[in-house]
Amino acid sequence: MTSPIPVAMPDSEVALTLALLLLAPLAIAGVALINTGLGRSRSAAQALLGNLLILAVTSIVFLVIGSAFAGCLNAGPGHVFHLGGKPWSWLGKGPLLLLGMNAAPAQSQLALLFESLAVVLAAMLPWGSGADRWRLAAGAAAAAVMAAFVFPLAAHWIWNGGWLSQLNANFALGANFVDPGGAASVHVLGGLSALAVIWITGPRRGKFPKEGFSTAMPGHNASYVLFGCFLSLVGWLAWNAAGAILWLNAPLSSLAGTALNTLLTASAAVVATFTVTRTRFGKPDASLCANGWMAGLVASSACAALVSPLASLFIGIVAGVATPLLVELLELAVSIDDPSGAISVHLAPGLWGLLAAGMFAPQHGQLLAQMVGIAALLGVFLPLVYGLFMLLNRVVPFRVDADGERIGMDLHELGGGAYPEFVIHRDESYR
Amino acid sequence: MKYAGLFVMPAGFFLTLAALVLFTDPGQRIAFVFCGLAVEGLGLGVAVRGHMAARGEFRQ
Repeated sequence: MTSPIPVAMPDSEVALTLALLLLAPLAIAGVALINTGLGRSRSAAQALLGNLLILAVTSIVFLVIGSAFAGCLNAGPGHVFHLGGKPWSWLGKGPLLLLGMNAAPAQSQLALLFESLAVVLAAMLPWGSGADRWRLAAGAAAAAVMAAFVFPLAAHWIWNGGWLSQLNANFALGANFVDPGGAASVHVLGGLSALAVIWITGPRRGKFPKEGFSTAMPGHNASYVLFGCFLSLVGWLAWNAAGAILWLNAPLSSLAGTALNTLLTASAAVVATFTVTRTRFGKPDASLCANGWMAGLVASSACAALVSPLASLFIGIVAGVATPLLVELLELAVSIDDPSGAISVHLAPGLWGLLAAGMFAPQHGQLLAQMVGIAALLGVFLPLVYGLFMLLNRVVPFRVDADGERIGMDLHELGGGAYPEFVIHRDESYR
Repeated sequence: MKYAGLFVMPAGFFLTLAALVLFTDPGQRIAFVFCGLAVEGLGLGVAVRGHMAARGEFRQ
């Protein structure tokens, strides 16, 4: 993968990429609906408003500050140090406040648009994991931190001429670390941030009672969740195709194949999850099937533009089988309260997709390049995000007080519920 | 315990970087990168164990 090529993009390709990127926000809408549907009814309005607020905050902060560190508009090397006789570009160098954007090549402007949508999705993933207990102000502040520094660092390394996008030139590894759809910089990064938020906020009250196992807290609206899956498909098809053009310089003739691979991976994943849940519980589980579908889409982000249809099918099956098992393992064995399943649906399938891209891509040495990228994501970004969020938690406390959690985030933070005509039943989980 | 695990994880990352800088042979690089990932896995495992050890505090 290389930074945007200096060769001017044909106008037709610019128009197509722009059209695809204008469809990509449907993936954001889908994830927002899923986040909301998997939370509780008394926090639904706060959850959806939070997603909208995060969209706004991340867009402003990334475009004004973060894009300079990402180096979107400047395909040059940025901040570089030398080690072992090789240049290591670790941070982008570009104009703040989007100065000079109009003079930048069309491809750089499209890259900026792609990344400004990607950072929104990355910042929304931890919001779903902190559902029913994470305060709006803290969620927005965390999103701002991600958009200002964390995401730009990852975006520069992977997409904008950073050291991971120079692995071929410097170390003859494959075709660099490949991540055309954002499996690493969106889903793995968002999943790691979700893990940090879960560790900092702790579980919802009553989730892990003193006696017995964890309490089931099913999402309040399966229809939102499943409709979110349909919306996400449209967004993902566009996202993966746009990423293939921008980051792999893929010819237009290959885009239909990329879209078909995306569809195949997600379809195989949901069929696998359906089969697993039906076998384990006697009936298929709607929210877990939605998780399986999303896991397939996430895995396709890394590899849909690189692998064969047969490999896509295999990648989807593995993601679909692993997702429900991982959901169960994280909740019952590790006491992780992750309402939206960001870890099992975004982090784990993202890692699997990146690895699969290395296993099935034709370039020699691609697997090693992917492993180096995965090591960078895990070894740098989890400690970094956890540390930043811990500091932020001191300034803007993440967790709502016990009373706020009892009455619900809607009443506590917004003064009114999402469903005012519904009868609120006494919550039996508070014992 | 959680902090200890999180401090170990960057060590795995530096092992991976060392593999790129020190070796040119693909076999040696793969072995070193595997070691780096294993160290990161170890750190993550310790951090998760730290979370599990603290779960008694949030059971209510």
